[in-house]
Amino acid sequence: MGRQIKFEIFRYNPERKGDVPHMQTFTLDETPNMTLFIALNRLREEQDPSLIFDFCCRAGICGACAMVINGRPGLACQTKTKDQPTNITLLPLPVYKLIGDLAVDTGVWFREMYAKTESWIHTAKVFDPKAEEERMDNEIAEQIYELERCIECGCCVAACGTARLRDDFMGAAALNRIARFVVDPRDERTDREYFEVIGNDNGIFGCMGLLACEDVCPKGLPLQNQLGFLRRKMGITAIKDIFRKK
Amino acid sequence: MQTYYTDLLVIGAGLAGERVACEAAQNGFKATCLSIVPARRSHSSAAQGGMQAALGNCAKGEGDGPDVHFLDTVKGSDWGCDQEVARLFADNAPIEMRRLAHWGVPWNRVVPGQSFYFKGGEKFEKYEKPENEGLITARSFGGTAKWRTCYTSDGTGHAVMCTMDNRCAELGIDVFDKKEAIALIHNDDTCMGAVVRCLRTGQLEVFLGKATAICTGGFGRIYKATTNAVICDGGGHTIAHDTGMVPIGNPEAIQFHPTGIVPTDILVTEGCRGDGGTLLDCNEERFMNIYEPEKAELASRDVVSRWMTHHMRQGKGVKSPYGEHLWLDIRHLGDKHISTKLREVDEICHHFLGVDPRTELIPVRPTQHYTMAGLRTNKDGAVYGLKGLFSAGEAACWDMHGFNRLGGNSLAETVVAGGIIGAKIVEFLKGYETTFDTRTINLQVKRQEERIHDLIHGRNGKLNVYDVRNEMQEALMKGCFVFRNNDGLEECVDTLQKTLEKSRKVGLVSDGAGPSHELAAALKVEGQVKLALCIAQAALQRTESRGSHNREDFPERNDKDWLNRTLAYWPEKADMPEFVYEDTTPVFELPPGDRGYGGGSIIPADDKYVKERTVKSSVTKIGKKQ
Repeated sequence: MGRQIKFEIFRYNPERKGDVPHMQTFTLDETPNMTLFIALNRLREEQDPSLIFDFCCRAGICGACAMVINGRPGLACQTKTKDQPTNITLLPLPVYKLIGDLAVDTGVWFREMYAKTESWIHTAKVFDPKAEEERMDNEIAEQIYELERCIECGCCVAACGTARLRDDFMGAAALNRIARFVVDPRDERTDREYFEVIGNDNGIFGCMGLLACEDVCPKGLPLQNQLGFLRRKMGITAIKDIFRKK
Repeated sequence: MQTYYTDLLVIGAGLAGERVACEAAQNGFKATCLSIVPARRSHSSAAQGGMQAALGNCAKGEGDGPDVHFLDTVKGSDWGCDQEVARLFADNAPIEMRRLAHWGVPWNRVVPGQSFYFKGGEKFEKYEKPENEGLITARSFGGTAKWRTCYTSDGTGHAVMCTMDNRCAELGIDVFDKKEAIALIHNDDTCMGAVVRCLRTGQLEVFLGKATAICTGGFGRIYKATTNAVICDGGGHTIAHDTGMVPIGNPEAIQFHPTGIVPTDILVTEGCRGDGGTLLDCNEERFMNIYEPEKAELASRDVVSRWMTHHMRQGKGVKSPYGEHLWLDIRHLGDKHISTKLREVDEICHHFLGVDPRTELIPVRPTQHYTMAGLRTNKDGAVYGLKGLFSAGEAACWDMHGFNRLGGNSLAETVVAGGIIGAKIVEFLKGYETTFDTRTINLQVKRQEERIHDLIHGRNGKLNVYDVRNEMQEALMKGCFVFRNNDGLEECVDTLQKTLEKSRKVGLVSDGAGPSHELAAALKVEGQVKLALCIAQAALQRTESRGSHNREDFPERNDKDWLNRTLAYWPEKADMPEFVYEDTTPVFELPPGDRGYGGGSIIPADDKYVKERTVKSSVTKIGKKQ
């Protein structure tokens, strides 16, 4: 016989009149290779169809199902119940607006981030369909991809001390996005232009260096290095600016 | 009623949808995308392997070109594709890859000098030319003559999706997430937009567009075991099919992927086999080299899936609590290869199986993977039956895949078709004026409000939506999977007819308040069962084997009687689909022939029929040589 797992799940549906936030307990018999994807869907289909949570790829690559699992932000789909104690407490991610129960609104947050960081290649060049592609060193392509692996699950922001204190802090996901364009030779933005975006307390200088972002990143992105890299780069840009003004 | 107006309404914001939207926006039209999930979570992002385009930059791609790509695609389709469309696709693919590079995709590039690769577990050497250094490189994929699959490590779909969504942000396109279209708004011949349920609040909204494009991906979730994301549930298909005017093209053409992991059905990429991974049976012995001496593990998907199923039927499967499976072996590729080029696979094994692929075998079995079936469009992407309605990507049956699509061709199709069809929509929009009839709009809104009310209050019955859905999924698994036969299909159709009745008697258990998932499921279950019935009935009618449609009782590919495409209509209030058949392709650049893999015999088409439609082409010669 497998274990009987006790789930403590946060419940609140803002669209239901008179609903108040509360915790609800469910129990489920554990099966081999059970993940929270399997468990939560069984709870919804077998016990309470009003449960609200998000899954999409259920394969750890889309970032839809981030939640706080026994106190730690993570992807529910790649959390195996056998790695958890018999009591599992599930809460929605903080920082983001609650949609209902375990589902939060990451979509709007990230679209605002694209606008803030101008998350696209800035180039004056025009595409010529008849021309050969511009060449690129394979190692640079791999460096860019390394930072492009962010799946926008929101774990890093939910775990960030600064982001929890201040709504206007951009968070590691946004700073990593800038780093992705900094290493890309196709983007013609200068350091000074990047400084305009992140060279302040809402950006790279607001980071307190707690680095929970890297601890919880389900993709293992090198956020600590990137934050250090950007801080140095932006620091140097600021100093250069001081001398230039003289 | 909250009402939005736009020039182009795109339902679905994956690669195809956003590519179409970009084309419209670049040409000065307002494009609006709706998506159930934030755009980057779309299933496009799950495609790991790559995009086929005949750039011919890498050593093993030398001599490649659109002609060779075209040939592979037509053969892969088992001559079931529209050859005009396959040609459009093959010719445009290289340009599109370069465009994506310009927009920001970090394609892997040619690294000059000597390197090694594996094929069939053996190590080979290759030499990349210094003059090609830094150009877009490619990897090997099943069913192709050349290495043609452009990639970014193991996250091609994800990387291209990021770039495309960035491009949308740059162009100022409104991409709304958590919006689900639940019905099209249309009159006798023209589509005006959609009634949309907000998945944040549960409120209904109206989106009106001069043109509407459905780009919602496949509908694998109507099968129990599928590699597809949970959002690939046919929502886009059902709203168009429900009009009674729009046909599903080739519903019986469903592809199964050889390597879904057991038990979660998560896909491990074809790249594993492309890079030299092998398939093993219960004795840990290879078998694909016996069935397919030439291509072995690299034969096309339908062939590999079929032989795997066959081999398991021979008693060579590995027994497990979740049923039988086989093994995928990538141990010999080594730590460096696995942790860089196949990192996603490594992660999947670690997170969902607790297996280390460097030292352990990966349990795999064939799983539903891709729907060549889709909303039937012409070569401009215009959906049959309704003016102003378009479709692109997996949602559409544009039809470059026919009865089997090649790995790397679907991801490429999203952006290539998106570009071509986007340009055709721009042509359509230029100078086009229409009127929106408020009465038609309000009637549709009212109808949807009533549906929701009836479901919440159990007016039609109290059946559990998850039970009904499960019954449909099980029926397809049992009767309409890799192998099909008359008895199994008849039983499947019988079962599904009963399921259809049940789907009309669903009522909610919960109160359906706000972003209720149960309500979302209940709103689409009847449409899903109809799709399932189209698949089963069309498979029953098609008394031949072609591509991934395998009839045990009709093993020949029958070009004499079945060189055609099924169009499945669902007239209002009907209980079964109605079928019309049309010619597969208006022209043959490559007349029907043998694929060169997969075995099976062919009943040839009428000579005169083929000759009348055969056009002069540069591929005729190449085709004969291969």
